[in-house]
Amino acid sequence: MRKPKTIVEKIWEKHMVHQEAGKPDLLYIDLHLVHEVTSPQAFEGLRMNNRKVRQPDRTFATMDHNVPTIHRNVIKDEVSKTQMETLKANCDEFGVPLADIHHPDQGIVHVIGPELGLTQPGKTIVCGDSHTSTHGAFGALAFGIGTSEVEHVLATQTIWQQKPKTLNVKVNGKLGTGVTAKDLILAIIGKYGVRFGTGYVLEYTGEAIRDLSMEGRMTVCNMSIEAGARAGLISPDDTTVEFLRGKRHVPDGEAFDKLAEEWKDLATDEGAVYDEQVEIDANEIEPQVTWGTNPGMCIPVSANVPTPEDVQTDNDKDELKRALEYMGLEGGEPISSVAIEHVFIGSCTNSRLADLRKASEIIKGQKVNPSVTAIVVPGSHSVKTQAEKEGIDILFKEAGFEWRDAGCSMCLAMNDDVVPEGERCASTSNRNFEGRQGTGARTHLVSPEMAAAAAIKGHFVDVRHLGVATPS
Amino acid sequence: MEPIRKHEGLVFPLNRANVDTDQIIPKQFLKRISRQGFGQFVFYNWRFDSKGELREDFSLNQPKYEGTSILVAGENFGCGSSREHAPWALQDYGFRVIIAPSYADIFYNNCTKNGILPVKLTEEQVQTLIKNAEADQYNLTVDLEEKKVYDNQGFEASFDLDAYKREMLLNGWDEIAVTLTHEDKITQFEKARG
Repeated sequence: MRKPKTIVEKIWEKHMVHQEAGKPDLLYIDLHLVHEVTSPQAFEGLRMNNRKVRQPDRTFATMDHNVPTIHRNVIKDEVSKTQMETLKANCDEFGVPLADIHHPDQGIVHVIGPELGLTQPGKTIVCGDSHTSTHGAFGALAFGIGTSEVEHVLATQTIWQQKPKTLNVKVNGKLGTGVTAKDLILAIIGKYGVRFGTGYVLEYTGEAIRDLSMEGRMTVCNMSIEAGARAGLISPDDTTVEFLRGKRHVPDGEAFDKLAEEWKDLATDEGAVYDEQVEIDANEIEPQVTWGTNPGMCIPVSANVPTPEDVQTDNDKDELKRALEYMGLEGGEPISSVAIEHVFIGSCTNSRLADLRKASEIIKGQKVNPSVTAIVVPGSHSVKTQAEKEGIDILFKEAGFEWRDAGCSMCLAMNDDVVPEGERCASTSNRNFEGRQGTGARTHLVSPEMAAAAAIKGHFVDVRHLGVATPS
Repeated sequence: MEPIRKHEGLVFPLNRANVDTDQIIPKQFLKRISRQGFGQFVFYNWRFDSKGELREDFSLNQPKYEGTSILVAGENFGCGSSREHAPWALQDYGFRVIIAPSYADIFYNNCTKNGILPVKLTEEQVQTLIKNAEADQYNLTVDLEEKKVYDNQGFEASFDLDAYKREMLLNGWDEIAVTLTHEDKITQFEKARG
């Protein structure tokens, strides 16, 4: 009998190009996703050294980080425009396929990879973007890299990597009604902190993970990096296979069925050994809201904001005080009493069709609170078009939301979608760092349903007590 | 990249944990298409107020840290975004060495690709260095060949760095050129897979 292996071990072995003592392993990269912000210096490096892109067909580029989400034909910001034009010129020069701002495949890089079927189980996937961990939802080994590594992968289609340790995050039981994948991952980071995953690949297992849709799995894997892990993944199963069936970059017919069997064989074997394991109970998780300046500063919606007395060491007290001060909170107040001025539904964490559908159920027939400005930014052009076919845009617009074009938008506010200084935003994105959504802006991370509910009420509210049907 | 073997410099203490790359360089400065010129934006929102005036309450702005080249910080330094603009900004500002108890993985890698030496010491050692540098102008020597950090008042600590990264930093090698010495293996791998 063969030795039981984790999915990480199986993928690692299949991609090993070179191994020698005292060095990391040289791994082959199946798919390299590229965007406009972290690639210009990499292409410049190739040019300076007279190097080519080794495998243009394993490389795919799009524009997402600083694209405007309104008035697309006139880009006012000259510097952003230059960055987009540079990507276009680089892709032309090096023969890399590109979905530019006007292309029907354009969207957030971590939304379009899966949508096009480029993301597949067993692949090694990199991108100059920390949220590349998203693709792990498919049982791919996917991680973010810096620009020097982008250049390295462009030139060699490989990367030097120390074999990571594995950490099994086992989620037992079932999530309650109105409790989402976003609440689950926030609760995990809230419990174990923003560095528990450093040096590990997280594999999410257990009943609650198996029950998640692919969209939910992407939300969970997306935020692995916020727990310190470069990669998080979920073993492929029938849910994975059915999501990919019929996608553009996967085969069809018998070839697909054969591939599907290979994918399912990648799943971690019974009895495989992880380096570490944590276990949590999905039944106990409530809808979550972050109160502070990193994703681990997170509490259930029914709880009060913590105070310095709640932590032990001087350094922890300092960190907590700084976070309260930045967030304009006293400490001790119920998080549900905190009024918001902005709502952002979007980002590579929560901008897929399923996210928009669920949020639209909450706001259907209601009005955005007069004190709130609310925007919906679909994750891709394709998500936007599909949502419009279903009339979801009409529901949002009638409620008073702005309905925008696809991009990263207010998640990092590189374009004009900025939260003003001192104002507060309920956001479905992934980072509540200082200044993330604008200098002095205050971010509270929540699920799409919780963001929609906050838009209507003008403050945080437990989506389960709204009296509206909350699809699970 | 520029090799780094032994570096002596003035320490800047940043007694905060979980310093993310959004703080090291905020997103509004990521639109440039070159690697140069990011130093002026390092820790921008901590160094400058909303009017663009220097904030006196942020210690990097104090004259005693002028010319600093060694940054000492708390746990999980460089977490969050993968932006390599963070090490570019730190380096362009003048930092050659960072000392912290732990780092985020991507940031750590990015440093070693740019000739910045990320040193890991224990939380206790880091707190000692921070206290010394908060009290007075404080110089340290970091020796990558010996894998040691020391001052002239008796502090000495050893650190670990994997052999491959150490070699790259000591020699300032172009990693792509190193990899391409294995190009036959890459080609073989591609052929075998069809």
